[in-house]
Amino acid sequence: MTPFPESGSASRVTVRLVAIQILVMSLLLTLGGRLWFLQVRNGEQYQKEAAGNHVHQVVKPAPRGSILDARGVPIADNQTRLVVSASRTELMKMDDGGKAVLGRLAKVLDMSAKEVRAKVRLCDAHTPQPCWNGSPYQPIPVTDKATTQQALQIRERAEDFPGITAEPTAVRRYPAPYEAQTSQVLGYLSPVTDEEIAKAKNTDSPFLSSDEIGRSGLERTYDAKLRGSSGVTRYEVDNLGRVMGKAHSDKAKPGSSLVTSLDSRIQSVTEEQLRTAMKNARKQHDKNTGKNYKADAGAAVVMENKTGRVVSMASNPQYDPNSWVGGISGKQYAKLTGKKSNYPLLNRSIQGLSAPGSVFKVISTAAALHAGYKFNGRYNCSKSYNVGGQTFKNYESESYGPISLGRALEVSCDTVFYRLAHKEWKKDGGMHPKDPKDWFYKMAHAYGLGKKTGVDLPNEVTGRVPDRKWKRNYWKANKDAWCSKGKDAHSYADKIAKENCISGMKMRGGDAVNYAIGQGDTLVTPIQMATIYSAIANGGKLHDPTLGKAVIGPDGKRVHKIKPHAHGKLPVTKKALKKMDKALAGVAKKGTAAWRFGDAGWPQKKIPMHAKTGTAEVAGKQTTSYFATYTKDYTVVMTISQGGTGSGASGPAVRNIYNAIYGVDSKGGMDKKAAMLPKPQDGLPKIDSHGNIKAKRSEEFEKNAKRAAAGSPTTGAGG
Amino acid sequence: MSTHSYSLDGYGPPRRTLWSRLTARSSAVWRLDWVLVAAGVGLSVVGSLLVWSATRHRSDLNQGDPYYFLTRHIVSLLVGLLLMGGTVWLGHRRLRGAVPILYGASVVLGLLVLTPLGATINGQRAWLHLGAGFSLQPAEFIKITVILGMAMMLAGKVDAGDRQHPDHRTVLNSLALAALPILVIMLMPDLGSVMVMIVIVLGVLLASGASNRWVIGLTLAGATGAVLVWALGLLDEYQIDRFAAFANPKLDPTGVGYNTNQARIAIGSGGLLGKGLFHGSQTTGQFVPEQQTDFVFTVAGEELGFVGGAFIIALLGVLVWRGCRIARESSELYSTIVAVGMIAWFAFQSFENIGMSLGIMPVAGLPLPFVSYGGTSMFATWIAVGLLQSIRVQRPVSA
Repeated sequence: MTPFPESGSASRVTVRLVAIQILVMSLLLTLGGRLWFLQVRNGEQYQKEAAGNHVHQVVKPAPRGSILDARGVPIADNQTRLVVSASRTELMKMDDGGKAVLGRLAKVLDMSAKEVRAKVRLCDAHTPQPCWNGSPYQPIPVTDKATTQQALQIRERAEDFPGITAEPTAVRRYPAPYEAQTSQVLGYLSPVTDEEIAKAKNTDSPFLSSDEIGRSGLERTYDAKLRGSSGVTRYEVDNLGRVMGKAHSDKAKPGSSLVTSLDSRIQSVTEEQLRTAMKNARKQHDKNTGKNYKADAGAAVVMENKTGRVVSMASNPQYDPNSWVGGISGKQYAKLTGKKSNYPLLNRSIQGLSAPGSVFKVISTAAALHAGYKFNGRYNCSKSYNVGGQTFKNYESESYGPISLGRALEVSCDTVFYRLAHKEWKKDGGMHPKDPKDWFYKMAHAYGLGKKTGVDLPNEVTGRVPDRKWKRNYWKANKDAWCSKGKDAHSYADKIAKENCISGMKMRGGDAVNYAIGQGDTLVTPIQMATIYSAIANGGKLHDPTLGKAVIGPDGKRVHKIKPHAHGKLPVTKKALKKMDKALAGVAKKGTAAWRFGDAGWPQKKIPMHAKTGTAEVAGKQTTSYFATYTKDYTVVMTISQGGTGSGASGPAVRNIYNAIYGVDSKGGMDKKAAMLPKPQDGLPKIDSHGNIKAKRSEEFEKNAKRAAAGSPTTGAGG
Repeated sequence: MSTHSYSLDGYGPPRRTLWSRLTARSSAVWRLDWVLVAAGVGLSVVGSLLVWSATRHRSDLNQGDPYYFLTRHIVSLLVGLLLMGGTVWLGHRRLRGAVPILYGASVVLGLLVLTPLGATINGQRAWLHLGAGFSLQPAEFIKITVILGMAMMLAGKVDAGDRQHPDHRTVLNSLALAALPILVIMLMPDLGSVMVMIVIVLGVLLASGASNRWVIGLTLAGATGAVLVWALGLLDEYQIDRFAAFANPKLDPTGVGYNTNQARIAIGSGGLLGKGLFHGSQTTGQFVPEQQTDFVFTVAGEELGFVGGAFIIALLGVLVWRGCRIARESSELYSTIVAVGMIAWFAFQSFENIGMSLGIMPVAGLPLPFVSYGGTSMFATWIAVGLLQSIRVQRPVSA
């Protein structure tokens, strides 16, 4: 059916008509194909985008659970404060990036404009604190200390403050009852980062961009329990953000509370006594260096023997955990992390490392028993002991003649242990070891050194046992440096380097001897020593030290008790343990710690005290004071870096802590009413019908603390 | 059907009533392309639902009456059908004589838009307010009159049997005839309509049998023109933005790329079967602008899904296919050119409109024929359908 069958033009027009028809149809097919691609192939992605388009989330943070001490006194809780926040998204929409608004805000808040601007900038590698570490889409708190007056000013002049909100908000508070800061143990919170949100997206506890999470201490370990989950109300909105309806919403679930085994009163006494001990040590002259002791850091732990529960844990220097709340200022951050800060964020009870000194001798004693030596045998406590031309002296070159292992512990005789360790070293083959028994090293491992105790705090360190394996690895890592340094050996240091280069991979006699009295390369933490001494006290059980005692649901009904858990047993017979126990009591009664207890009016009959003193030598530094003690129920370990001797620097402080626990005074008088915790707190604090935990506050605290601290002045040396 | 005429049989000379004339075996009604009509009505009915869905919550536009746009769309459709009937009744051959007047009138209306009588919407001065809430978009009628005018000139000598193909002079004259209204539309500026006009001119030239040199030359000229317009900065900023957003849809999704991005989300989220009429969150939330007019296809994509969208495209395909058939079956060049002009118009405008919603064409303010809300567009398309029908009706039956 061609239009012009007779003319030649027909073919041209007909061909073109067909071409047009094909072209037009292929255009429509293209549309169909594209439609398929968008809707069927990529439909899911667009469905997600559409959902994100029209749903607006309003986050209501869940109240974080409290952290309570064993009697229910809150040591971390929440407080309603007026928080002024700035929305970065809103500010960035302004022509000047919100500069004018922030300037006005600074005036109202009595802050400098620079500081306000710094608070709302985002953190990166080049930005110093203060800066915002959280999600850029979340309102950034400028201050949490706004007055009602300031908040009203901001709210009433909303047109002058676009993107700024002033809302009463629950913020974390660390009330420090009895002035116990408990800093490093509690830890701190900071806003969740975008990476963490992404990482936790598909886990059981996903984050919202407004969340704060625990960064250290108990806040971190028990974060998932304390945090609860934020409420999210989802509104369906139109293109202008007008609400059209409500979509599926989640209610806020408040976090659970954590009851700890800490006793804030004892915590306060422990912190105070550690502080005082360090202050006093700085007044003492160190004849080795010719200067006063620096006493730059210290730690103290009070632990229940039968459960491993921690009653108090102090680390000095301390800081105020409240300084983190609402964003830390640049100055404060530098104070906590700068080079000059001495790192107060470290919890030295679980992260502070030093050689143990003579407190290690309980392990050497056990090693000697395993190696076949009799506890009551006679061992020569001479002035000094010679190993391969090198003289190892007894402390202050005293000599006690032949004594038992028990007496060696009492007087802390080094030469007895030198001799035993050297004998064993020779038996194991000396410089050419053949199937070495290594009793002294095996025993350290069996006592839990060189590994974590399992305390419920983050970032515990392992310390180390300088056994053959470690020596070999250490030599491998350092031999190049040693060998190049020792090439032309002139100085003493060079000579040591040369010796290390040649034989550093081997256990030498001097190493073994030094090791037996807790000197040299051994590194331990105070919590490890507390665990070991409480095991000796309880008949041999090595507990995981715990601070958390129970997690109590927000309604107060669901209570999850955290049971004590023993991770090991001391490899010592009951009989030997009893003998050791007796010897350690002897240390307190008539040994190196007698001037702090037995001779200083301690009621040894009523409350048998056990102790071991230690003074660890550190190359290039002053000696570390180590003091480990226990009664039937408690173990107290204290250490002071560059603080002097064990009983000299730490002794009075430890005595005062016991005074407070048992209600003893400096002359040995006992007052049951003044005793803060003569028996470990067994049960949990009372929970009322509303789920609130009733706190017991002690009115008498200050009087009792004073009575306990009215102890003897710190003077003199000791073992 | 024939029962009425049956009752009149045998009584004197047959009195042919209007009804019997319409229903007689030889009547034009029998010879209309009903498939073409059905496709157009189908599109308009689907369109009225989509327009309804897009506007029933728009209290800012619908003056408090959720049916405001729906009723007006249906009234427009009915008027459009009457206009189609009228066009068929007049017949395209009879209209051939009136083409110069129609052409002149449409150009005058176009010029009136540029005077203070015109109204500006979305940066385009393309409307004439007629009062009582009615307004007219002369560019829609200009499309028809230009097709008719060019067809008359190009087919004149060929249909008279003087020449096989239009000579160069005739082609040049017809181009001049098209150039004047195109210039007027460009001044509005209604760039979408200019694009459609250029495609129409190309289609008309192709159908007229004009020499290949004209077709190729004009294509090249169009391309150079486009480059020049771009390079000389003759476009307004919003027009440049539209092209930039087309070239890179991720560009500033809250600014210039917003419309195209939201349109794509709306369509993409519809999936295979759609979210159901009235249940599109993008539509209810008014995330896509101009949804009852230029972006009406996004409502179909979101609420009726691939099935609904493909149905609309298929109906357009039927429409264009039938149009092509009419063009091929026509016995004179004038009719062929007119038919091809209409096909080029429908096909390209539909492709551009749906293509911009799908993100494969730059955004231009053009309605989707039959579907989009808008009286002038509806009237013009049905007049065009009337012309196609007239060509079909008046072809030699035996041919």
